[in-house]
Amino acid sequence: MRIGVFICHCGSNIGGTVDCAKVAALAATFPDVVYATDPMYTCAEPGQAAIEEAIKNYQLDGVVVASCSPRMHEPTFRRTVERAGLNRYMFEMANIREHVSWIGKDIEANTNKAAELVKMAVAKLRNNKALHAASFDVNKKVLVIGGGVAGIQAALDCAEGGIPVVLVEREATIGGKMAKLDKTFPTVDCSACILGPKMVDVAQSPNITTYAYSEIESISGYVGNFTVTIRKKTTYVDWSKCTGCGACTEKCPSKKTPDAFNEVTGLTTAITIAFPQAIPKKAVINAQHCKKLLTGKCGVCAKTCPTGAINYEMKDELVTETVGAIVAATGYDLVDWTQYEQYGGGRYPDVITSLQYERLLSASGPTGGHIVRPSDGKEPKNVVFIQCVGSRDRSIGRPYCSGFCCMYTAKQAVLTKDHMPDSQSYVFYMDIRANGKLYDEFQRRAVEEYGTEYIRGRVSKIYPDGKGHLIVKGADTLLGQAVEVEADLVVLAVGVEAAKGAARLAEKLRISYDSYGFFMESHVKLKPVETNTAGVYLAGVCQGVKDIPASVAQGSAAAAKVLSLFSKDKLQSDPQISQVDIKRCIACGKCVQTCPFGAIELFDFRGQQKARVIETVCQGCGLCTATCPQGAIQLAHFTDNQILAEVDALCQC
Amino acid sequence: MSIVYYPGCSAAGTSSDYEKSTQAVCDALGMSFTPLPDWNCCGSTPAHATSTELSAALSVRNLDIAAKMGAEKVATPCPSCLSNLRLAKKRMEKPEFRARVDELLDEASSAELPQTYSVMQLIYEKYGSEFVAHRVQRPLKGLKVACYYGCLMSRPADIMADFGHPENPQVMESLLRACGAEVVEFPLKTECCGASHGIPERQLTANLSGKILETAQNMGIDALVAACPLCQMNLDLRQKQAGKAMGKEFALPVFYYTQMMGMAFGIKLSALGLNKLVVSPEPVLKKWQAALKEGVCE
Ligand SMILES: Cc1cc2nc3c(=O)[nH]c(=O)nc-3n(C[C@H](O)[C@H](O)[C@H](O)COP(=O)(O)OP(=O)(O)OC[C@H]3O[C@@H](n4cnc5c(N)ncnc54)[C@H](O)[C@@H]3O)c2cc1C
Ligand code: SF4
Ligand code: SF4
Repeated sequence: MRIGVFICHCGSNIGGTVDCAKVAALAATFPDVVYATDPMYTCAEPGQAAIEEAIKNYQLDGVVVASCSPRMHEPTFRRTVERAGLNRYMFEMANIREHVSWIGKDIEANTNKAAELVKMAVAKLRNNKALHAASFDVNKKVLVIGGGVAGIQAALDCAEGGIPVVLVEREATIGGKMAKLDKTFPTVDCSACILGPKMVDVAQSPNITTYAYSEIESISGYVGNFTVTIRKKTTYVDWSKCTGCGACTEKCPSKKTPDAFNEVTGLTTAITIAFPQAIPKKAVINAQHCKKLLTGKCGVCAKTCPTGAINYEMKDELVTETVGAIVAATGYDLVDWTQYEQYGGGRYPDVITSLQYERLLSASGPTGGHIVRPSDGKEPKNVVFIQCVGSRDRSIGRPYCSGFCCMYTAKQAVLTKDHMPDSQSYVFYMDIRANGKLYDEFQRRAVEEYGTEYIRGRVSKIYPDGKGHLIVKGADTLLGQAVEVEADLVVLAVGVEAAKGAARLAEKLRISYDSYGFFMESHVKLKPVETNTAGVYLAGVCQGVKDIPASVAQGSAAAAKVLSLFSKDKLQSDPQISQVDIKRCIACGKCVQTCPFGAIELFDFRGQQKARVIETVCQGCGLCTATCPQGAIQLAHFTDNQILAEVDALCQC
Repeated sequence: MSIVYYPGCSAAGTSSDYEKSTQAVCDALGMSFTPLPDWNCCGSTPAHATSTELSAALSVRNLDIAAKMGAEKVATPCPSCLSNLRLAKKRMEKPEFRARVDELLDEASSAELPQTYSVMQLIYEKYGSEFVAHRVQRPLKGLKVACYYGCLMSRPADIMADFGHPENPQVMESLLRACGAEVVEFPLKTECCGASHGIPERQLTANLSGKILETAQNMGIDALVAACPLCQMNLDLRQKQAGKAMGKEFALPVFYYTQMMGMAFGIKLSALGLNKLVVSPEPVLKKWQAALKEGVCE
């Protein structure tokens, strides 16, 4: 075998603490190495050209590059050797940046370690074989999970690109949080007016099938060929008959049902349509409050419904869809702020959340857009906003910034003055994060034009003074003194956390999530839309806090990823998968049990049971190879021989 | 050897009524303590304001005597002593700190120091509100009260983690409800009364205690119930000063929780030190006795 070795300086990243020329000189002495050099930037165009040249000039049949992490450039260099006519698996990479130069300062020790890693890579390469990818068909249909603004945007862009979309939303209507907002910063335009048309487009698009009031039951398969089971939760209303006329909601006698869409700022009926612009505009019965379902007596809605859509016997239904790609867009929920006992722990009716306040501001909310105190229905005069409740607070395990609360608090202060010119708003803040386009200007307007009093400091206590007011007690850290504000209404800018059940969904999707439940992108900077599972993409707050413009942008970005994936008719499967040597297999079935992807099955081979790997399902994790007591399973490109050759090389150093 | 009792300096002076009633209530419940011989002041605010080591040395000396007696736990009625004793034990986990304290003590202190608990927590954990209710002979009928813990009983959160939510403890409420009182949720139950600033900065304490009294009075209660000698003094003895600071006149009796429990247990009022309260408890006692009588007629 004729091997060429390239020891990259990566500018001074590696060259600064590794003697690259020396490593190259040492590499030249390793078995089968016929050429070794130390370029400045191997990944740059001249660097890659030099590899191609060397392959031709020295008739190389394998290449080792010692540089950065394979996660960064392995695909790059595989393409390079391929262009020069080699099989892409006749290439090995040694990571001498993240594993050597960035973590050690001792040049001599670094140089020795780099040489050892290169020696291992050479030893492995000597055992490599050309591998060939099989190709398979792509099912050009996409699943979008979550119908907030991010999911809606992803669905619309895919549909526009001619791709059939399956949109699964857990609530009765799509729209997510944005549907609950009154107006939106920084332009203060009506949320429903800008989101509504997009929701209608979803309903009217021939390419989009929406399953509302539904959740993902299970997902199997792989990029290009996922099979998804969707649980359509019981609505007790046959949606194929329901016209959304609303007659049932007018007649339902159970009028004390907490209104979830209005963030329980108001009451509704047991049978509801979330809001007038709901998509789909269909009724759902809340089983916890329906007299008929609870006691067997009532049935008013069934009698009222002109189309006979009510069905008290209805059960959950499972449907199966097959898709080639998935966009997760499950958004967020608010932190449970009632753990703040110093703010009353939820006992004071006039301490409410920012999202509840949006519903009070909204003309379609429970009060028709009049701001009133929940306790006595009176208009408040002093409104106090407290930012960072459940954000940037290590004591409750929420150290991160929720990103958009500074801005929506400024918006809510502005709207408060618009609604009630005689009112006075106060905002307790830690510092103001207004770093978007037009954001700082907007926040300044809240102060300068709307006379909002901004007080820099934390609130230590909210308590009723016994005379109908709430006393908000805190520190003014700019003046260095304690302050007390007499409030009629207190609005908490409650922090954001991942949507309920996000972790469970991530496990079904086989994607990673962080300790707060946010889904992990493939690379924080360079792959913010991809996940580490091929064919699964992210959009909106499920990946990390972001406001509406950023959520929409990521929705479109996810759609672009899907469209580019679907631009190919066939995908190449990764040949780095397991293979069973049936001569050794004793059909013990251990691998079948171990494989987390269900990629191994037992089959009948001339009257004998044997295991075999389903090529398209295997993810190449290697668990089975370590499990098999017979050593009958080998993972291509990571065979026992290849790994032992590396170990041998290391032991000889 | 089980629980060793550390009274704290106030018990021997300004809060002898707290001490008396604590003993009476514990006796009635059958909770026995071994007295700590030759105890000394925990150092209170002056010590820890001067030096952490000095404060710890004073506390550790007490814990060390208890340890040598084989005590499992130390009990104290006073939240400030509680806080100093607990903090000292925690700080002694650090070897360098322990070395400095041992140097001040002129000898190596016991490797294992016992943990300190408030008498209130011990009553609650050992007997629970059900047993307490069982023990009640003259329920606190017709009395509407609010519980005031002061800022130290439940904090700092990490060293008082076994006392419920630091901002909203519920132990005293449970005990008094078990005694038959109507207990309102007092939002300022853990706010600071001004503590020892009553001496160097009288106005500050008057303002802070004034806020507490004003809110309590607005809630229409008959009495405020305290658990700390210093808080009780600021709210009771200094009630006039606090009233002046608020431009109000207060007349709110401030009991120790042990006095209230003692009343409910049918202990003689003279054994509870009620005569030491500055704001007269008379109206409360009258209301209670009237309610009890009414109950008898029923
Ligand atoms: C009080 C308040 C005011 C705000 N004001 C503004 C503003 O003025 N301007 C601005 O730019 N931003 C504002 N925001 C931020 C804005 O709400 C978000 O940026 C935006 O809603 C994010 O959209 P999303 O689609 O990622 O998430 P979401 O709106 O949360 O949508 C996620 C959707 O997924 C669904 N879902 C969740 N889990 C599942 C599951 N397992 N299966 C199926 N479906 C699921 C949810 O039901 C929901 O419909 C505000 C936020 C708050 C709290
Ligand atoms: S956006 Fe502002 S209010 Fe929200 S957590 Fe960050 S700093 Fe706090
Ligand atoms: S390597 Fe083995 S265990 Fe892993 S996915 Fe493939 S067959 Fe399953």
